[in-house]
Amino acid sequence: MPGLDARLPEGDPLTAWDRRRADYRLVSPANRRKFTVIVVGTGLAGAGAAAALGELGYRVECFTFHDAPRRAHSVAAHGGINAARARKVDGDSIARFVVDTVKGGDFRGREADVVRLATESVRVIDHLQAIGTPFAREYGGQLATRSFGGVQVSRTYYSRGQTGQQLQIAAAQALLRQVERGSVRLHTRTEMLDLIVADNRAQGIVTRNLVTGEITAHPAHAVVLATGGYGSVYFHSTLAMNSNATATWRAHRRGALFASPSFVQFHPTALPVSSHWQSKTTLMSESLRNDGRIWVPSTAGDDRPPNDIPESERDYYLERRYPAYGNLTPRDIASRAARTEIEAGRGVGPLQNSVYLDFRDAIERLGRDTIASRYGNLFEMYYDATGEDPYTVPMRIAPGAHFTMGGLWSDYDQMTTIDGLFVGGEAGSNYHGANRLGANSLLSACVDGWFTLPFSVPNYLAGVGASTELIAPDAPEVTEAIAAVRNRADTLLANNGTRRPATFHRELGEILYRGCGVSRSDTGLRTARDEVRALREEFWADVKVAGAADRLNQELEKAGRVADFLELAELMIDDALDRTESCGAHFRAEYATDEGEARRNDEQWANVSAWETTPEGQHIRHLESLRFDLVPLQVRDYR
Amino acid sequence: MRVELEIWRQDGPSEPGRFETHLIDDATPEMSLLELLDRLNDQLAEQGIEPIQFESDCREGICGACGVTVNDRPHGPVPKTPSCRQHLRAFGQVTTLRIEPLRSAGFPVIRDLVVDRSALDRLIQAGGHIDVLTGTAPDADAMLVGHEDAEAALDFAACIGCGACVAACPNGAAHLFAGAKLAHLGLLPHGEQERGRRSKAVVDQLDTEFGPCSSYGECVEVCPAGIPLTAVAAVHKERLRGLFRGRAD
Repeated sequence: MPGLDARLPEGDPLTAWDRRRADYRLVSPANRRKFTVIVVGTGLAGAGAAAALGELGYRVECFTFHDAPRRAHSVAAHGGINAARARKVDGDSIARFVVDTVKGGDFRGREADVVRLATESVRVIDHLQAIGTPFAREYGGQLATRSFGGVQVSRTYYSRGQTGQQLQIAAAQALLRQVERGSVRLHTRTEMLDLIVADNRAQGIVTRNLVTGEITAHPAHAVVLATGGYGSVYFHSTLAMNSNATATWRAHRRGALFASPSFVQFHPTALPVSSHWQSKTTLMSESLRNDGRIWVPSTAGDDRPPNDIPESERDYYLERRYPAYGNLTPRDIASRAARTEIEAGRGVGPLQNSVYLDFRDAIERLGRDTIASRYGNLFEMYYDATGEDPYTVPMRIAPGAHFTMGGLWSDYDQMTTIDGLFVGGEAGSNYHGANRLGANSLLSACVDGWFTLPFSVPNYLAGVGASTELIAPDAPEVTEAIAAVRNRADTLLANNGTRRPATFHRELGEILYRGCGVSRSDTGLRTARDEVRALREEFWADVKVAGAADRLNQELEKAGRVADFLELAELMIDDALDRTESCGAHFRAEYATDEGEARRNDEQWANVSAWETTPEGQHIRHLESLRFDLVPLQVRDYR
Repeated sequence: MRVELEIWRQDGPSEPGRFETHLIDDATPEMSLLELLDRLNDQLAEQGIEPIQFESDCREGICGACGVTVNDRPHGPVPKTPSCRQHLRAFGQVTTLRIEPLRSAGFPVIRDLVVDRSALDRLIQAGGHIDVLTGTAPDADAMLVGHEDAEAALDFAACIGCGACVAACPNGAAHLFAGAKLAHLGLLPHGEQERGRRSKAVVDQLDTEFGPCSSYGECVEVCPAGIPLTAVAAVHKERLRGLFRGRAD
């Protein structure tokens, strides 16, 4: 099978993006209004792309299933946004950013795209500041930065612990400014349920109005999907309740290849699941690991209260195994180490599924006030969620599904394998390899939305030509897509089953955490695959969707999303089975060193797996080989 | 623990609503208000009753999607806390909960506990933004912002847009929301040139869609983001400032 071509610029990698931008074709201002561009999603990538394309003069139709653009899940990011502005004398540079990100991703991301990410990061901060983000400032009035995991410089810009919220509000404002001007039409409470592909080009989408149930086709000359990641496939995750994979999965079923579906980041400091009704594993910021010490009892099954366990019977396992980085090892390593302890029976809490994050020593050393000033809001949030006071009792944390490095495959121009279908933000796949560094996700969404798609989408449109008509409402591809969406809703509503869609989602999550979670093995993956297939059959036989199609019906929304998760889960498992190596967040027990560390196989796997799913549901793997011109292949070692 | 729920059902925007009573026998103190509704919905499904529609998303108190009225209080009995972070253990002896949508003339009910809060976005759309084209921003390090101004701007920018302030207000005013936006943007150097125009646009829209403010201060008591009452003062200040100057800025 021929390898996939990412259409990388030739020549010096550090200036490649400048050359590519110079090569892009342009659309004259008078012709821009003749093009309709659909943007799905209003997070940082979607709102950014829609606003920027609207400013340029294209007719933009923007869709969100939320009631307001500000609610997109970018809003929930805490820590910050990286930028290689390199103003200080701490040795930061574009090249350093590229090294950190490529190495952090365990050499499974695309270096050329990371260079673009670093290059455009500089003006992302300028722009986001200008449209209303109150970034933290030093007393002299300059932008403040902090350090984040996996790097040795200070390049993370932030707004307290709510950076995502502040960027998202600014982005939503900028989008609404274009709505006011009439350059963007915003469709709230409208969910994309299918992609229209005709003449091998993406030519529109099919949506359901979540309030009236109306199913509508929207034609366009190009479609941008900025619909986020799929971590919520695990049911318990740090994602929002409505985050889902339907838009990207439907596009995949229409032919867009899906890259690295098994690359999922588990955040080491999520709240553990403590009871059946707990609806999510809330994220506690990674910054807590700066002062908290992670430990478990040395003896399995020790159920004494934590403060009764003497120092000599505690195992600070990260400090012991990784003395160089200690509690600040990267996320994948910290999560895996926690999982190892929990599986060995040393987990703590009522379900023995968590580890301690203890601030006792930090409070002794620095005083309660200092700790309160650093983490007060997080401690409060923890108390809120658990009823326990972390000033006196260690926090309990556990790895929780968080960010998906995988997503729709795209070339250097962010275009998927379907012409005219572009992707931005977490819905895509190209930057983060097998493990994402903290504070790089807000950045990648912003760079895609404001400073990549506004160049690359017009380049594509220039090739389409201003005289090309929108697809006709009665074109067979349109009527077929509408019928498919309608049939699916009807089938779900008419099914004579007994179980709510959410119960299948919960079960799917359990299967995936067990079989395709922090650590994977051949047998575990095969078992999980059988279980997912059985669950999918059971879903279609026994799902019960209450209510009607012609009004707000959250059961129906959920059912469609779970149906897609059940297909995606199998692809994740197949990808994890196929990739016979350990890299970043993808850890296969069979491919480990004698000390239990990940063993990468660059001979065979220095590439991206991009998957096709046939109409019958068969998975076919395509490969894009990766090249590293700036960062020599090396083993990550945090010991 | 056992909780009795009196809960609002309404089939559609123009249909009459009613209260239904349901008992939950196995509620636990750790449950959040929304997890209690999740539990209820499972129970309803088992009984063949259509689950109750309610909104929520991040369940961490930052997205602003959730919001119901509990025993006449927007978001619930715990002050300044969004519905998703209201836990039963904090409710004391109260085990009878009357749950309704956020109530305000500006927020028509869509279904059950779901309301339409798009009037808030129309306010932002009218003028709650800064007119800077992508790529044209000056160097953010070259525009100094004092530490305290940045922090003060953030105090106002923390608004999550849940609309509880409007629901708590006897007049259905949105001054806390609008003032938070005007104060947030007014404290930053960018967009200074359009400050007068912005405040006129936002305040005009505020007057069109929401009620007048009588300074009761109920809004502040329920605000999950802790927006201070000075936000309301910012509405009046910006309005007057714009009137006296009589120009874009």
